Amino acid sequence: MKTFQYARADSAETAVQEAIAQGAKFIAGGTNLLDLMKLQVETPEKLVDITRLPLGEIEQREDGGLTIGALVPNSDLAADRRVIDGYEVLSRALLAGASGQLRNKATTAGNLLQRTRCYYFYDTASPCNKREPGSGCGAIGGFNRILAVLGTSESCIASHPSDMAVAMRALDATIVTLKSDGDRRRIAIGDFYRLPGNTPHIETALEPGELITAIELPAPVEGAKHLYRKVRDRASYAFALVSVAGVVKMDGDTIASAALAFGGLGTMPWRDAGVEAALVGQPATTATFEAAADALLADARGYGSNDFKIPLARRTLIASLRDLTGR
Amino acid sequence: MHFTINGRSYEADIDVRTSLLDLCREHLELTGSKKGCDHGQCGACTMLVNGRRVNSCLTLAVMHQDDEIVTIEGLGQVGNLHPLQDAFVRHDGYQCGYCTPGQICSAVGMLDEVKKGWPSHVTGDLHDAELSDAEISERMSGNICRCAAYPNIVDAIREVAGMGDRDPVLKTAAEIGA
Ligand SMILES: Cc1cc2nc3c(=O)[nH]c(=O)nc-3n(C[C@H](O)[C@H](O)[C@H](O)COP(=O)(O)OP(=O)(O)OC[C@H]3O[C@@H](n4cnc5c(N)ncnc54)[C@H](O)[C@@H]3O)c2cc1C
Ligand code: SF4
Ligand code: FES
Ligand code: FES
Repeated sequence: MKTFQYARADSAETAVQEAIAQGAKFIAGGTNLLDLMKLQVETPEKLVDITRLPLGEIEQREDGGLTIGALVPNSDLAADRRVIDGYEVLSRALLAGASGQLRNKATTAGNLLQRTRCYYFYDTASPCNKREPGSGCGAIGGFNRILAVLGTSESCIASHPSDMAVAMRALDATIVTLKSDGDRRRIAIGDFYRLPGNTPHIETALEPGELITAIELPAPVEGAKHLYRKVRDRASYAFALVSVAGVVKMDGDTIASAALAFGGLGTMPWRDAGVEAALVGQPATTATFEAAADALLADARGYGSNDFKIPLARRTLIASLRDLTGR
Repeated sequence: MHFTINGRSYEADIDVRTSLLDLCREHLELTGSKKGCDHGQCGACTMLVNGRRVNSCLTLAVMHQDDEIVTIEGLGQVGNLHPLQDAFVRHDGYQCGYCTPGQICSAVGMLDEVKKGWPSHVTGDLHDAELSDAEISERMSGNICRCAAYPNIVDAIREVAGMGDRDPVLKTAAEIGA
């Protein structure tokens, strides 16, 4: 690990001031950042420890939604009664990720910002445009079994590894931030992640030194069914090959509303309005589900060893829709 | 820097890069916690920080100066074993023993999580978490045992959780992988 300067922040305002420094990074649970620092994939010159900031609460808002502090640990969020009651898909996604020990430390904001598990990104001896812009991509034409089939570019095909962020995307979360100039921003999760294009090292809309203070969820959809289905190599403690987060409401045999997001498939937590348009107002039949899968996968592209994800995604989506619609 | 580990105060002059695990093992002669992977993948380094189980390899010592840390040495000692340590010995919950301190610290934290009503990935109704063999396996999946002592680890945890012994017929079936 490269050495760094360490600063513990005691308020959000001092944290963003500390983070103005060149090469500064926030550290929360540290479960992703330290892993990458040990391998010198990340080499921050300064760590701003934000773990003592008062951002660890979950609050019910008057409009019926929830405000989740950036530092709420993944385990506490998954077990919160308000989350279980109104946003079961989020609890399920969190519980499907990592291990008990990791969830105790991992934070809500840190989880959103965790980086890809692409093998070449982790291996500093390999070319990787995300780690070292302009160096090339080892994964295209290499081992890419775990990587993305949607949203890829000629520069990068890295999949976003988070389970939690997939549920957040289905729930239309909003990310609340504080910038170093003192401005606060609210960023819809749909505008938060960036496609790789030819700048795969830029992953989100955050500016350097911008601190996530909270994640907001809108009021729950009354009477909807929730599901998080994760397909992986082991039954536990493994990243998703394909996952589906769904919140679906029925009106008799007709699908009244549907919010679906996907993990393991995309270069960011994936959501496609075309999938939902293929479902809403339609009867819950296999033909409808097939049409939704067609919409999801129309632009999917495999890179050899990850080709299997395309048929796997189709089957996982259809099975998920059967569960969600009670068919 | 100042630390509180197993109820005792320690001073240590360490590099900011030192993990909580290396602080204990390399600087404080607390070598009970083990290093398997150093990347959060095996659980051998599990400790309790303010009562919660965490991977001590993936956190910096400097971030824990105000915390209460408990390692396997603090759970119990020879002649005064923690009930889980005692159960692991009697149920043969190990072979080489390398993963065992992490398994035991993890099990202590895990049983506390169940007491708080925290659900897991295999919990049906998330409001109603109740321990079962499937629940133990899922909740302990962050602790890898290369010797595959899993059946006996589950037995030791079952005993301390008050679940009684497994049906011997079921146990044989599980052990042959049926
Ligand atoms: C063995 C292993 C298995 C795993 N399995 C899974 C899995 O199956 N599914 C899954 O989803 N995840 C998995 N994870 C990843 C885990 O969920 C993440 O490591 C964790 O969520 C990161 O959170 P953290 O608080 O520790 O982040 P950190 O490591 O502290 O930070 C991560 C990044 O976020 C930035 N950051 C943190 N907080 C803020 C903030 N408030 N504002 C701005 N920037 C911030 C940091 O600067 C850093 O760049 C696994 C990890 C390991 C080690
Ligand atoms: S897929 Fe992206 S992260 Fe992986 S090697 Fe290519 S550029 Fe790097
Ligand atoms: S040594 Fe910490 S998890 Fe393996
Ligand atoms: S007893 Fe040998 S690794 Fe578990």
